[in-house]
Amino acid sequence: MIIMSAYNGAQAMGYNWQWYRVPKYFYTLTDEGFQWGEIAIGIVKTIEISSLAFLLAVLLGITVALLRLSTLLVGRALAIGFLEIVRNTPLLVLLYLFYYVLGPIFDLDRYAASVLCLGVYHGAMVSEIFRAGINAVPTGQWEGAESIGMSTPQVYRFIILPQSVRFMLPPLTGEAVNMIKSSAIVSVVAVAELTTIGRNIISDTYMSFEIWFTIAVVYLVVTLILSIGISFVERRYAVS
Amino acid sequence: MIEASNLDKFYGKFQALKNINFSVAQGERVVICGPSGSGKSTLIRCFNGLENHNAGKLVVDGIEVYEGSRDIRKLRQEVGMVFQQFNLFPHLTVLENLTIGPIRVRKKSQQEAEANARTYLERVHIPEQADKYPSQLSGGQQQRVAIARSLCMETRIMLFDEPTSALDPEMINEVLEVMVDLAEGGGMTMVCVTHEMGFARKVADKMVFMDEGEIIETAPPERFFTAPETERCQEFLQQILVH
Ligand SMILES: Nc1ncnc2c1ncn2[C@@H]1O[C@H](COP(=O)(O)OP(=O)(O)OP(=O)(O)O)[C@@H](O)[C@H]1O
Ligand SMILES: [Mg+2]
Repeated sequence: MIIMSAYNGAQAMGYNWQWYRVPKYFYTLTDEGFQWGEIAIGIVKTIEISSLAFLLAVLLGITVALLRLSTLLVGRALAIGFLEIVRNTPLLVLLYLFYYVLGPIFDLDRYAASVLCLGVYHGAMVSEIFRAGINAVPTGQWEGAESIGMSTPQVYRFIILPQSVRFMLPPLTGEAVNMIKSSAIVSVVAVAELTTIGRNIISDTYMSFEIWFTIAVVYLVVTLILSIGISFVERRYAVS
Repeated sequence: MIEASNLDKFYGKFQALKNINFSVAQGERVVICGPSGSGKSTLIRCFNGLENHNAGKLVVDGIEVYEGSRDIRKLRQEVGMVFQQFNLFPHLTVLENLTIGPIRVRKKSQQEAEANARTYLERVHIPEQADKYPSQLSGGQQQRVAIARSLCMETRIMLFDEPTSALDPEMINEVLEVMVDLAEGGGMTMVCVTHEMGFARKVADKMVFMDEGEIIETAPPERFFTAPETERCQEFLQQILVH
């Protein structure tokens, strides 16, 4: 419906559709052989940035969640402070902080600053997912494990985390999808990923309708593939 | 083996244990009973540091137990515990439930731990269930697995916190049988919270009656069941034996 009316509106504006020029941004086949186009490279970059940032988010998330659940007062305070600051800062502002403030101080290039920013932002979300998953395991499991002499790290590793995986996977998938979507924001500091490349193509060609449509569909396809892939993994852990 | 003097325990303002003096000798089998909420679980959980007392002194197997003690894991390797709700690990098979402690805590080899586990499964009469998951077993079988898990750690003391009260009536006996067997096997120090008075009569060296956080009466079973000294204890026994 919306697509149809948008299309009709565009026709009414006298928009000059040039869909035939889009495929070459995915790939080209010339005498020189097969070549990936700019959008294809952008997809890879987006996936790369998101994956690195997600890895960081997971590591950070586990650390913050364990600190939050620990008996160390300082640890808990640190974790809560971190969570409150990150959750109450807009992502865009956080990115500016990393790029314009922390960037020069710690000598981070735009790429590193972006990955760190995304990792930290989603790390806060991921830590809450971990915490909820860990808390979903009944306390009797702790007592059973501690009463046979296990140390806290052993209890987490062998008893608690394996059981919380199935509580954590669904929201983690959602967070991974969010990560891919919010990675678009790093285009404001001109990191060459999908959105930035889309913008660049448009400024060269003025095909804003075609390219933005295409970019939106590409994000959709990537996130759908991710969700479907993980739902297969989930089914393996679903046995209770 | 267990030496408690003047123990107090508070949950916030509420005093769950009041000036508890209690001792268990090596190889002794003690049964604790008392009405609901009298602090039986709290007391027995202090013995392996699952709860921490707030005042008094507690020494178990030569190790002093107190909040934040670094020896608490060493202690737990000598004190096994069986819970009302079994607390088996649902993501592990029966065999893995039994071997994870010996392998990870006692650093035994897998073969040794498994061979050992199978011996103990036989002792609790379910050798054929080794490869099942806890959820595939009946309550009585699960509790016997839990007992075997504790046995696999080869502790010198075993604590039981109402091991049969979450079970359907027809499964109680199979668990009690195993426990009687253990008690009569000798050598093991046992502290058992239970209302199974038949079991208590059979195995207890000493009966302890608790009410409102206090130990009201301690007596050998013959005297405890025939001539309890305190009125509260008489009332309690009447109630429970009528059932
Ligand atoms: N974690 C806790 N926080 C606050 N109060 C508690 C806690 N655990 C136990 N209590 C209280 O302490 C008292 C003693 O509890 P406890 O579990 O030791 O009783 P019990 O004798 O084992 O009873 P039951 O036969 O019902 O198991 C109860 O009044 C209970 O409400
Ligand atoms: Mg209790």
